[in-house]
Amino acid sequence: MLEKIKEILSTSLSIDADSITEDSNFQEDLGIDSLDIVELLMNVEEEFGVSIEPDPSIATVGDLIAKIQELKD
Amino acid sequence: MSFYIAGTGMYVPERIVTNDELATMVDTNDEWIKQRVGISERRVSTNEWTSEMACKAALRALEDADCRPEDLDYIITASVSAEYVSPSTACMLQKLLGATCPALEINAACSAFLFLLETAAGLFARKKAKKILVVGAERLSGILDWNDRSTCIIFGDGAGAAVLSSEKDNYLDSVVTVAGGDDVIKIPHFTGCSPFFTKENDTPYIHMQGQETFKYAVNAICGDIVTILEQNHLTLDDISYIVPHQANKRIIDFAAKRLKTSEEKFYVNIERYGNTSSASVPIALDELNRSGKLKRGDYVILCAFGGGLANAACLLRW
Repeated sequence: MLEKIKEILSTSLSIDADSITEDSNFQEDLGIDSLDIVELLMNVEEEFGVSIEPDPSIATVGDLIAKIQELKD
Repeated sequence: MSFYIAGTGMYVPERIVTNDELATMVDTNDEWIKQRVGISERRVSTNEWTSEMACKAALRALEDADCRPEDLDYIITASVSAEYVSPSTACMLQKLLGATCPALEINAACSAFLFLLETAAGLFARKKAKKILVVGAERLSGILDWNDRSTCIIFGDGAGAAVLSSEKDNYLDSVVTVAGGDDVIKIPHFTGCSPFFTKENDTPYIHMQGQETFKYAVNAICGDIVTILEQNHLTLDDISYIVPHQANKRIIDFAAKRLKTSEEKFYVNIERYGNTSSASVPIALDELNRSGKLKRGDYVILCAFGGGLANAACLLRW
């Protein structure tokens, strides 16, 4: 799933995939703002068939993966 | 029986407020605003009420349509920032123009221009009208919290108008949706001073949840455009221009990406005027009309979204 998230981040938000890890914080490490996060979540929704509302607790790539897994289970 | 757009007009006040000027008032800067919302400057009224701006836009539309105020059968306006709750902007405008026809106002926030067209289409269908003036006019600077950097950088003042005429059936189709509720966008009224009332309201300024608005807006644009294309067995290649509500450049960019079409398909002028709510679509349409980029017979889609939550799109033959 990390690879898929990396792919979404690199294609839709032009972020270097090699710089992304599960610990990457969206705002602090990847430099993406609150609207980029919505764009990311909407692409994730489409890719994984889940529904995710913007939530401040989703701060890192790992948080997002955990959220997707929780919703898919 | 529907209508065609016989003339368009717009007016924006002279006073320009740049991002640099805003940076002297709130904690923001030019680069941040351009990157976050795609706005360089906006117009702000210093001495004109909403109805006065509406009148200037209307006169230009009437001239473009070669129509006199006394030929109008209806005036329908929209504004969330008029000088009065009553009389409506429509009634003020009727007097300013010297028209005598019925005049009414419709509230559908930023989507209102699409709702005006839909309402006018009903009047044309009933054969109640041959010429209808529709106007969106806003003095949003009057309902902004100028200490709130998340909203005061986005909005601007101005008016846009169109004269609709029954001579051709060029309003081909529409999609209108209302989701209801005040969770995402709201503009509270002054609560009043009743000694009997105990509830409190937010400040009477524009309140907007940025992330939720962005998501709603992108889904609204994409959903409405796909629906209207499908209903009319068209593809985006058949459409000359899409004129969207100018809320945030990034909403338009992301919608274009999701629709897998070029950003150039969308007419965009937000960098010069900001978000002018109900005036944004008719201002953009007037600029596009006068630019000479539209040919008679072209397909054009207008689409808008905003408080309500209300969103709509329509398909026009130019």
